Amino acid sequence: MNAAANPNPTVGRQNALSTRGLSKSFGSLTVANDIALNLPVGARYALIGPNGAGKTTLINLMTGMLAPNSGQIFLGGDDVTALAPQQRVRRGLARTFQINTLFAGLNALEAVTLAVCERRGVTGRFWQNIAVNKDAIEEAYEILVKLKLGDCCYQPTRELPYGRQRLLEIALALATKPKVLLLDEPAAGVPQEESGDIFEVVAGLSDDLTLLFIEHDMHVVFRFATHIIVLVGGAVFTQGTPAEIAADPGVREVYLGARKHG
Amino acid sequence: MLPPVFGVLFDGIAYGMLLFVLSVGLSVTLGLMNFVNLAHCAFAMLGGYVTVILMRDLHWPFFATLPMAFCAAALLSIVVERILYRRLYRASDLDQVLLTIGLAFISVAIAAWFFGTQQQPITLPSYLHGSFNVMGLNIAAYRLFLIAIGIVVTVMLIVTVEHTRFGAQVRAAVDNQRMARGLGIDVDRTFAITFALGSGLAGLGGALAIEIVGLDPQFAFTYLVYVLIIVSVGGLGSIGGSFAAACLIGVSDIAGKYYAPQLGAFLIYLVMVAVLMWRPAGLFGRR
Amino acid sequence: MTDIPTVAPQLYLQSRSRWRPIEIVFWLATLLPFWLFPDYLSLASQIAVASLFALSLDLILGYAGVVSLGHAAFFGLGAYTAGLFSIYVWGEVFTGLIAGAAVAALVGYASSFIISRFRHLTLIMITLGLGLLLHEAANSAGWLTGGSDGLQGIEVWKVAGLFSFDLYGVTAYSYTLGVLFVVFLAARRLINSPFGLALRGIRENFVRMPAIGADSNSHIRKVYTISAALAGVAGALIAQTTQTVSLEALSFERSADVLVMLVLGGAGRLYGGLIGAAVFMIARDQFSGIAPQYWYFWIGILLVVVVMLLPNGILGGLSKIFARWSRR
Repeated sequence: MNAAANPNPTVGRQNALSTRGLSKSFGSLTVANDIALNLPVGARYALIGPNGAGKTTLINLMTGMLAPNSGQIFLGGDDVTALAPQQRVRRGLARTFQINTLFAGLNALEAVTLAVCERRGVTGRFWQNIAVNKDAIEEAYEILVKLKLGDCCYQPTRELPYGRQRLLEIALALATKPKVLLLDEPAAGVPQEESGDIFEVVAGLSDDLTLLFIEHDMHVVFRFATHIIVLVGGAVFTQGTPAEIAADPGVREVYLGARKHG
Repeated sequence: MLPPVFGVLFDGIAYGMLLFVLSVGLSVTLGLMNFVNLAHCAFAMLGGYVTVILMRDLHWPFFATLPMAFCAAALLSIVVERILYRRLYRASDLDQVLLTIGLAFISVAIAAWFFGTQQQPITLPSYLHGSFNVMGLNIAAYRLFLIAIGIVVTVMLIVTVEHTRFGAQVRAAVDNQRMARGLGIDVDRTFAITFALGSGLAGLGGALAIEIVGLDPQFAFTYLVYVLIIVSVGGLGSIGGSFAAACLIGVSDIAGKYYAPQLGAFLIYLVMVAVLMWRPAGLFGRR
Repeated sequence: MTDIPTVAPQLYLQSRSRWRPIEIVFWLATLLPFWLFPDYLSLASQIAVASLFALSLDLILGYAGVVSLGHAAFFGLGAYTAGLFSIYVWGEVFTGLIAGAAVAALVGYASSFIISRFRHLTLIMITLGLGLLLHEAANSAGWLTGGSDGLQGIEVWKVAGLFSFDLYGVTAYSYTLGVLFVVFLAARRLINSPFGLALRGIRENFVRMPAIGADSNSHIRKVYTISAALAGVAGALIAQTTQTVSLEALSFERSADVLVMLVLGGAGRLYGGLIGAAVFMIARDQFSGIAPQYWYFWIGILLVVVVMLLPNGILGGLSKIFARWSRR
């Protein structure tokens, strides 16, 4: 596990998450083509690109929900390519979903408590009352309060307003105490005036947390990201600081231009 | 002189053809809609009783009753699809299982009410009756007839699915329902028609089965097990898969009864569990 | 938002597992047959056994969302094990129960590795196939199980050395009800445990579970084993109280019946299986004059009605009516 034993010298400890030559295709359709990325610890990365560029696919590959045809994924220097999604989560790689993927019949407190209990490894205990795990419940409640869900956490998830369900997506991911958090359009479907609230929450997360988020709203991207990756046709088109990306004529053409036309 | 294994093989394939006609409709509708229709063999049973009534009470010739068995099952399936199934396409598989088991129970009771619980024999025309000898092999005319029907049905299905506009729609919908809808294919209508055709084939299978396995009200459940085994072993939505699985199960069952009668139906269940553990989506399944 | 929490989160979760008065009334009501229907105590003990069986199915179906069409396999295993245990070892009932539960749990644990890999139709087929496989195996192994004649010669001792099984079923009902209550307490504890919460998570969203770091397959293996053990206890009870085991204990009909009971009462609710079993068994007793095929006609009608009109069973319907009524 030490750096000397690391087969790939460019994947250092300073990177929270990296990929090497990550590729995936469905038949003749290539959705990820030789993707190599390094996310330094504490970075705030935005992943942008036109529809169908393979942004969600990349998150699915990183989290193990899709198996790549080739390439590797490193989490804090360790190769996690062969690990199942839940094992990656336990090592600190969490994600949210673009389309709400919540526990409709549980309330927010139960759902986040469940995630906390899974992390603490107590969900195998069928003989003790859930309320015995006071620390886990209070930790869950603190996360909910931090995300402004404290006042509705006894309501079944399916009855929560949509914007709050989006926040619960993030709360569930935070409950796993991630080192790296991948947010797939955290404000998807939320009215513009509320999407600011969601990104304020995201911006307020701990500095140790490495973030990668997919977002279409360029104002949000330029405001919150320290670094931007442009994905086109399943491949990394370019990456750089917001200023570099804004000045890049190629990006204007393929991405901003494409959006203007439709 | 051929060894008895060829006789077992012949009987097994004939039996497999029967099972194929019974099950192929369920396979296609499952692949289309993921709808778990445990009442499939109730439609088969209806076909069987139609043939019995027409032959015994109205003295129709056997061959004339077969289209009627097909049509009766197809018509009933349209009604049932309209009234009940249509509302449950997006329901959980548990709800679908419960509803269709319920319908199967009802069909058993109705059959018992009208016909009693005894077997319903029919008298086949003389040319389907006897058997002849080929190189020491006893070939029953009716089994040869079953194999012929099985091949005709297979060819017709493949031609329909591969070479007609309707078939293209079915394939598109099985492959990717959302995309098919996006292309303007009326998936619900496609399904209703496929469902009717599949149930019709089941009805035909029910009529053909009388001579081989008999017909009583328990038919709806006894052969449901076989049909489900073939569908899951062959893979959902795959005609070729159903064909191969039907042959495999038919031969296994006959061979089991011939060589190891004390095992009973043990062998086919073992084949099913083994195939599914090896390939959870079935032999030809893609998912 | 009007629902500002007034109770602390921990106390809130604790309060959800508190005994409600209606529950105490329910369990007191289970004692009524001793005085009100002394002629029906053997039926009552059959209801208790069916309730226990339905409760075991509820754990996997209602709480973890695993649909099984072959749960009778474990019921039958428990029944045959307890029966054989009393013939070849001794007739003490509690050790017989434990033996039945242990064998069912062992087979459940072995098959859970298969079960946990599949979902949907393949899962339904695998459970059905394994159930039929066992039924055929018991049929073939006539030297051990008695085949289609059933297992004869079961003799059990007095319960706790004091109460022998009488003709009226006083001991049988006391015994089965006692076991049911103890198992119910355990199941209730399980549902309100962290494990129970994880099971509800699996039912509510199977896809999300890995994304919160949960190993759903290991949860499913565990609950399947527990459920098999409880079904084994139910089977052992029927063997001990009726002193015979027939092949029917392993049959598809029994798997279907328990599914009907659970769905009728309301899956995913602790009392669903209990209420469903009582309604089902009493109805069957009342209509015992009619031939079995007509009985299944009404079961069929019932299933169609439940699926179409009463998706959460009797208890689901009642709680909906109650919610509407209390809101008024």
